[in-house]
Amino acid sequence: MKVSAIITLKKDVLDPQGKVIHQTLDGMGFKDVNEVRQGKYFEIDVKENDPQKAQKIVEDMCNKLLANLVIENYKIIEIQ
Amino acid sequence: MKSAVITFPGSNCDRDMHVALNKFGFKNKMVWHNDNELPKSDLVVLPGGFSYGDYLRCGSMASKSKIMQSVINFAKSGGLVMGICNGFQILVESGLVPGILLRNKYLEFICKNVFVKIDNKDNPYFKNLDKEVFELHIAHNEGNYFCTNDQLKEIEDNNQVAIYYCNDNGKTEEKFNPNGSLKNIAGIFNKEKNVLGMMPHPERMIDQSLSGEDGSLFFKNLINNIK
Repeated sequence: MKVSAIITLKKDVLDPQGKVIHQTLDGMGFKDVNEVRQGKYFEIDVKENDPQKAQKIVEDMCNKLLANLVIENYKIIEIQ
Repeated sequence: MKSAVITFPGSNCDRDMHVALNKFGFKNKMVWHNDNELPKSDLVVLPGGFSYGDYLRCGSMASKSKIMQSVINFAKSGGLVMGICNGFQILVESGLVPGILLRNKYLEFICKNVFVKIDNKDNPYFKNLDKEVFELHIAHNEGNYFCTNDQLKEIEDNNQVAIYYCNDNGKTEEKFNPNGSLKNIAGIFNKEKNVLGMMPHPERMIDQSLSGEDGSLFFKNLINNIK
């Protein structure tokens, strides 16, 4: 199964890259932006046909390596 | 006194550290990240560099490499483990010291001399030093120390801050903070003070022909403390 996960910075963690992207967008004329937060996206093809089990495996990966829970949250967004 | 420097793929301060440790009396061994066992050591050093190309998060891959289980066991049994720069990032990712190192506040790679202040000498690294303010070199893109409020409280309650960024008089104000680190934190201990992670490079300040010799004071004192 292919499991997709996104990792985002927690709310109170400063995201300087997001800030610069916001400023650049503003300079380009995109004036309707409140905030930009940058994150990571993973697509992991696991050797598991049961969606629940596949999700568990990727959650385990997120907890142990893909995300650092001091500053980041993760979310499984798709399993197919 | 025996020391070991771990080389990860992408480490680039490992040889400098090897030279520094030998210069001040350690018998240093270089250890490859894929080895299983540490040689018998009084001190283990995780050097600076760009292990695994800084992929995912700096230090995250290296923290899972084979040798790290031995390093973690060594640290848990009270052994001295020091991580410099990327080594500090590996220490936080392996959970040996609390917090994390984020991208520098102004998104710049910083390479310059800074002053740091030692706050607490009740540990094997700084005990007996007769100086509080040191000039050391930093060179990093991700040195912006961050931790949760709960972690910060615990760190401060246990006197775990090792060094703060400051000016030449030891003033630890925000304007002397090069990278946005929380509370000007440049280095931190674990609770037991046998594990030290710090961004500045003492191994780059061990010779008059380099940019200073404050690193020499640190290493001389360290080996005397271990003896």
